[in-house]
Amino acid sequence: MDLRATPAEEAFRADLRAWLTATLPLLPEKPSHTDWDARRVFDTTWQRLLFDAGYAGIDWPVEAGGRGASPVEQLIFKEECERAGAPYVGLGFVGLLHAGPTINAEGSLLQRTTYLPKILSGDHVWCQGFSEPGSGSDLASMRTRAVRDGDDYVVSGSKIWTSHAEVADYCELLVRTGTEESRHKGITWLIMDMKSPGIEVRPLMTISGSTEFAELFLDEVRIPVGNRVGEENDGWRVTMVTLSFERGTGFVGELLESMRFLREVAELAKRTGAWGDPGIRRRVGQLTATFDGLWALTKRTVSEAQATGIPGIGGTVFKLSYSEAGQQLAQLSMELLGEAGLLLDPLDHTADGQSLENGELVEAWIKSFNLTIAAGTSQIQRNIVSERILGLPKEPAGVKS
Amino acid sequence: MNFQLSSDQIALRDGLIALLEGRFSLETIRAREGQASVVDRTLWEQLAETGVFSILVPESLGGLGLGMTDAVIATEALGHALLPGPVIGTMLAAGTIAGAAEGSTLVGLLASNGQGPLPAVIELPGDCDGYLVLPDPRDTASPVGYAPRGAFTADTPTRSLDPLHPVGRLHLPLPTGDVELHERADVLRRRALLLGSGFEVGLATFALEHAVAYAKERHQFGRPIGSFQAIKHLLADELARLELARAALHYAAVITDEPEVAAIDGEVSGLSVTQMQWRATAGAKLLCDQAALSSTKTAVQVYGGMGYTWEVPIHLALKRARVHSTLLGSTDQMAELVATLAS
Repeated sequence: MDLRATPAEEAFRADLRAWLTATLPLLPEKPSHTDWDARRVFDTTWQRLLFDAGYAGIDWPVEAGGRGASPVEQLIFKEECERAGAPYVGLGFVGLLHAGPTINAEGSLLQRTTYLPKILSGDHVWCQGFSEPGSGSDLASMRTRAVRDGDDYVVSGSKIWTSHAEVADYCELLVRTGTEESRHKGITWLIMDMKSPGIEVRPLMTISGSTEFAELFLDEVRIPVGNRVGEENDGWRVTMVTLSFERGTGFVGELLESMRFLREVAELAKRTGAWGDPGIRRRVGQLTATFDGLWALTKRTVSEAQATGIPGIGGTVFKLSYSEAGQQLAQLSMELLGEAGLLLDPLDHTADGQSLENGELVEAWIKSFNLTIAAGTSQIQRNIVSERILGLPKEPAGVKS
Repeated sequence: MNFQLSSDQIALRDGLIALLEGRFSLETIRAREGQASVVDRTLWEQLAETGVFSILVPESLGGLGLGMTDAVIATEALGHALLPGPVIGTMLAAGTIAGAAEGSTLVGLLASNGQGPLPAVIELPGDCDGYLVLPDPRDTASPVGYAPRGAFTADTPTRSLDPLHPVGRLHLPLPTGDVELHERADVLRRRALLLGSGFEVGLATFALEHAVAYAKERHQFGRPIGSFQAIKHLLADELARLELARAALHYAAVITDEPEVAAIDGEVSGLSVTQMQWRATAGAKLLCDQAALSSTKTAVQVYGGMGYTWEVPIHLALKRARVHSTLLGSTDQMAELVATLAS
């Protein structure tokens, strides 16, 4: 084991750091979370800056127009971006991390040349139409129907948890092309133009009061057969390619953000006097040890991916531990806030005369409930860990697959 | 950056595991349960021939000249075998105390747990030829010493929690070291915590492997109990806890060997090299304590009634986890220490 950086890794870090220092001041003021049009401008501006500097699609192969960075360089990229306070991938998330890599792996030459450059340059925003109101953890039970009519598929049904649907140009869409009982064997992966007639986007208000997600209602939407990625009824396998991109270095940004949040929570405890309580200090110590451990686990996973191409056990168990530690951290910050945790506007008459950023902490607490649900609930994660890694027998299935 | 075990480290681990499975089978080890002396000196010397006790001793002094990373990989293998004996003290004393590296001198650890000058109990009094004395971490003036048997009195144990790691009550006069060691107490204490944490990872692995195997084989309601989510989720959580602890331990060991990495990683929190090494070490000990205590508890639960019997070996791992999580300072103390270095 050797955690020292190679000269090439050090050079990559130094160049990136210099570029971030020079570039971040060029960005406009961060827009309000609810102003979708301004968010689109901000996020695509950032993506364009990355693109012009050769950092767009950091993990994409060079042939696809990406940087072709090694897993360790990807880790350094996320680490430096977080330290410099650079924006997150934002609205580019689905295109850069899901749809793009899938089209690159499974799409035709025409599809690759049509869609990939625009994702990299930030010109196109994508959204994801996978989950349905009746199909969450059991994705293979989806019912949104596509019927072939000449050179088109005619699609009807509904999708849920579709982030950024309000401003997206395209949607990576899963549809049922097989029989109702065909499950994994009757799903097809389509590219849907969001300007197509028959699409209704309804914002979905979350418990934080935000409309991060939307529901999509599809009423006889016509999608050309040429927009199919992979073969008809082979969409499940194509989807698995996509999902595998969700568990590599995917949480590095969030983890580093949590570690910064924890340092702020420790400072808050010192300000409020709660630090005198050994119980509070031990919880800070426990969380610090856990997040440090998760950072070590991330380095091990990335290192394994670099050596073998496969992230290994670390990538699978990471989310279970991270999501629960994140919730404990948010819980601790709420307890430190006390009554200030009951309002979202700043409380500016605190004991030490300084205003508290209580609104941000309260929102972080509400959002933390999502950690053990999104991208696979903790219960599904435990099934995956116990069946795929420990080799325990499957629960007898209620539905034959 | 490479956080993979090297081929030499894999060979070290696999060689030790093979030797331990052959010579230190559970049956052999368990033959000494409850006795005042739990170490078979002939076998101990055979183990020493692999060089395992002299991993940290420089090659110029006849040791293997390896680092903490290699040393914790070795204690993981020893813990996995539930090896009885003063592993940590002997590894730290090798190269300084004659006979420790060769296995002819068994060296225990007599470390203050930070709540007084010395602990109330002494490990393995029926086996150890002497003890490394680590002073209270708050007392920076006291040197690290070596107290041979005879320099103090202790009860030979009659009834101890762990039948394979007996302890005795320590009597006055308290031993003082008659040989001053060159390493600073601070360095030795950190090494001891890491070696003990490696042993705990081994214990947790032992418990989890046994519990998973049992869950596959034991049938109730016409199905293997491992097909019930109530069981499989318990075991998935233990794997997550264990892999987190192992990664934290390896990281702490690597930054002990590579201080330049500790310097870079400590920057964010404004920590010096030594502070960063302490934070990683105490954090690893905390997570390894929890992995070992939790995996062994879960294994007892998965075994059900059988887990409560003396015959099933899980209780041996459970009790040894209690020994290691107690002797060098409690999990809560580690949490407090990490907190002081958090920001």
